This record gives sequence, C-alpha cells and structure tokens, in this order.
Amino acid sequence: MATDLSQHIAGLDALELSNREQQSLASRVWARSWPMLSAILLVLAVWELVVLSGWRPEYVLPGPVTVLEDLWNRLGEAEFYEALGVTMRRAITGFAIAVLVGLVVGAAVSRVRPLRAALGSLITGLQTMPSIAWFPLAILFFKLSESAILFVVVLGAAPSIANGLIAGVDYTPPILLRAGHILGLRRLALYRHVILPASLPSFLSGLKQGWAFAWRSLMAGELLVIIAHQASIGEQLDNARELSDAPGLLATMIVILVIGIVVDMCFGAADNALRRRWGLDQRVG
Amino acid sequence: MTAPIQELRPGRTDGHEPAVRLDAVSKVYGRELLALDQVTLSVDQGEFVCLLGASGCGKSTLLNLVAGLDRPTAGEIDTGDARIAMMFQEPALFPWLTVSGNIELALRVTSSGRNTTKKERRARAAELLEVVHLGGFGDKRPHELSGGMRQRVALARALAQEADVLLMDEPFGALDAMTRDLLHDELERIWRERELSVLFVTHNVREAVRLGDRVVLLSSRPGKVIEEFPVTLPRPRRTDSAEVAEPASTITDRLRQEVLRHARPAAQGPGSGE
Repeated sequence: MATDLSQHIAGLDALELSNREQQSLASRVWARSWPMLSAILLVLAVWELVVLSGWRPEYVLPGPVTVLEDLWNRLGEAEFYEALGVTMRRAITGFAIAVLVGLVVGAAVSRVRPLRAALGSLITGLQTMPSIAWFPLAILFFKLSESAILFVVVLGAAPSIANGLIAGVDYTPPILLRAGHILGLRRLALYRHVILPASLPSFLSGLKQGWAFAWRSLMAGELLVIIAHQASIGEQLDNARELSDAPGLLATMIVILVIGIVVDMCFGAADNALRRRWGLDQRVG
Repeated sequence: MTAPIQELRPGRTDGHEPAVRLDAVSKVYGRELLALDQVTLSVDQGEFVCLLGASGCGKSTLLNLVAGLDRPTAGEIDTGDARIAMMFQEPALFPWLTVSGNIELALRVTSSGRNTTKKERRARAAELLEVVHLGGFGDKRPHELSGGMRQRVALARALAQEADVLLMDEPFGALDAMTRDLLHDELERIWRERELSVLFVTHNVREAVRLGDRVVLLSSRPGKVIEEFPVTLPRPRRTDSAEVAEPASTITDRLRQEVLRHARPAAQGPGSGE
C-alpha cells in the first residue's frame, strides 16, 4: 500500500512537471537584439532624411555619418575617458547615497504609522518635483561644487527608491504574512524573513526609476554647475554648444543616451533574473 | 478547567483534555457583521475533525481564531500548550526561498530548531521532504513544482513546526480530483503516524466524510454549529466508495436545507426549512 501510494504520487509528479526547453544563448540574444538594431537603423535613416531635406544648415544639424565619425574620434581621446570617469564617479556616488537615504527613509516610513501620515505624500511630491528646480538652492548651499551636484542627484533619486521600498512593503501578499505569522515570525523577524524579501521586486523597480532620475539630475547639474579644471560629460556638452561644435554636441548626447540605456538594461536584467527565480514571469511565458 | 464549562461542551471527552476547545466563541466584524455565533467545538487529541459548511459560514474565520491570527469577540479558545501549524488553500510558500529553504526557515523558528546548525536543518528538511514523497526536490524553487507538490511542501513545512494541532483551510480545494485523492491518503498516513489533531475545513462533503472522525456542520451567516456527524467507517476509505457516499448524501441533504433557509428571507427561524 505504502509503495503503491508513493509510486502513484511519483507518477503524477512526473506528469505534472513541465519540461520547459531553454533556447540557446545565440538565438535569445538575436531575438532581443534585432528589434533594437532595426530601431537604431530607422532612427539614423530618419535623421539622414531630415539632414538631406535641408531643414537646418549642415553646420547646425550634421548628418549621422559626421556625428558618428566625431564620436569615434572622441572614443580615442584620453580626455573623453577622463570626463566619463568624473561623470560616472559622480553618478555612482550620488546613486549610492540616494540608495542609502532611500532605504532608511523608506524603511522608517513603511514601519512607523505617524511617519507615513506625515511623509508619505511628501515623498511622492518630491518625486514629481523637477530636479533642476533644486539647483538654485543647491548652489546657494554648496557654491559651484561637486556637493551641489550630488545634493540634487540624491534629492532626485532617493524619493523613488524610498517609494519602491514602501510600495513593496505595502503589497507584501497577505497570505505570506499569515504564513510567516503561523511559523511564529513576529515583528523584526517577520520583517527580515518575509516583508523585506517580498518587497524586493518593487524595491528593484524603485532603484531603476531612481537611477533614471539620478542620471537626469546629474546631467542638469553638470550643465549648470561647471567646475573649473574638471572635465565631465555635461561640461563637454556645454563646451560644444559654446564652440558651435554641432557634431561634438550630438556625439556627446549619444554618449549620454547610451550610458542611460546600458544602466537601465542592467537593472532590467536583474529584474528579469529575479522574476525568473520567483516564477513571476510565468503568465507571460 | 471549571466544571460548568465542561458541562457546556459536547460529549466525547475521554478523561483527557481535548487538543482544541472552543467555548461559545463569537466573532463580529466591524459593528454588526456576525461571522461566528456561539460556536462550541472541541478536537480531541489525535482526532480528525472536518468542519463543513456552505459559503459564508465563517469556516476560515474560525481557523484564524484558533491559529491566533485573529481574536474572538466573545467566548474562549483553549489550545493549551499545543503547538499549532496551519495550511491554507494556497501553498503560501516563500518564492525567494528554495523548497528546502522554506522548510529550513520553519525549522529555524521552532523552539527546538533554534540552536541547530544550517547543516542540521538542511538534513532535517530533506527528511521531511521524504515524508511527503518529495525527496530530491529540495533545491527546486516553489514555482517549478506543480500545485499538488507545492501543497505537499506546505505540509512538510507544517510538520517542520512539530505541531500537535494541524489546522487546514481547504488545503486541497484547488487541486484536481486525482491529486486530491492521493493527498488524502498521504495526509491520513501522516496524521496517524504523528498522532496529530487535525481541524480540517472544507466545503466538499465527500472529502469531509473521507477524512474525518467527525464532521461538524456549520450554518451560514452567522456561522453556528448545527449538527455533528460521527463517521465510524473503517479506514482507509475511498472518496468514491458507496460507504462514503451514504453518510455524505445525508450530510449534503442537511447542508441543502441550510442553504435553502437563505433563499427566502421571510423564513428565517431555525428549523423552518422543509
């Protein structure tokens, strides 16, 4: 009887387990990259058409070939990497501080009821505030310094990160809370073993959004707060405008766009990996 | 504890304290929604009690009260020093942990498992997975398993709590009939081996008769015990057997009367169903 039962169960289990086939890496990369490549080609084509139409003179709006050539030359210069280094250092420092602030504020607000009432809508309000509006105040506080830039980057990114955490805590599935309760998890233990891990997906999308805000604020900051003797991507953009160097300007813009996209893709990949691990992507697949 | 309460409670006390005892338990939600009305019920040690009722009978409310997830508005619930585990209709496994990790977490929280090493807990989790015929699935993620398998992991997690009382809230309600039958056999075996006291909520009459030593019928809105049916059929029973079908149809008739009572708001009094 016992073996009979276990055999029955084993048979049923074998039938019920789906054998999902993994696509090969090459075909997955191709499936993801061809739409992107076609979109890029399309944009370049439209760009070239606009240039050919003579809407703006060539020295104001150069064609993609000129710009890409300029970009290629830049990639060979040490100055470019210096500027990139400064900008990325600011981005990473600012984002790291924003994560720290967002975590502390988010955890406090999600946990303490009066704080939530007091700060909940303020955080959302801060999120909608254009970061450039902070710069006059930041420059007043910190003069034309890197601190002014970081101040605005943190203010731009931290609310999204805090909100991501708060939303994650709020939307912890009640059934998991009950399960944790039945296991005997209370207060901090419940927080550590159930609520925090459950809020991870939402926290991750908060990080992603926070990064977007941080990157925007940083670029605004580098355009406004030019620090002498310190090259940065934003400063290069400003230089190009002053020198009426249209190809350089557009090349720098492409750099900014690409960095934004690459970092966003990293967050996207992390999000996908998490969803796959948790089995959250089954509805789509 | 005191004599008057002992008299209030229905029979079936064989000298020792029941594992779970509810005395005139009522639960009111908000101002007026009476979910449970003076429910008196007991589960003896090692007894399998099935709680049966139509929608709105407060079955789940009752389990939540016994589990301590909620407090009764009136009445008393006594579970002594019994350790209580609970299974829900959904497996409610933590998706960020592996199958084994889910059980290890339960082991880690129980008082006897608090001082164990990670390695010991892992070994113990593997043993428990063997008990529910899932040996070798420890490293899988919950979503990689089928519904029935996940529910067995949930059972293993409940067993990891070394509970004396197992509360089950329609745990097999979402499974297909074949899987459910097999899980009935599994549950019956584990219940016997571990001498658990089980309070099993279902709306499936045959399931109740298949599993229970006793079937307790609850009325709907408010939930109230209307009748108890002892089931003395020898085990193991089969859900589709004639022996199970007979008491099941009696109970179904009684349940239908109860449902009918709500069809005509004019005929509200007890016993007015034909």
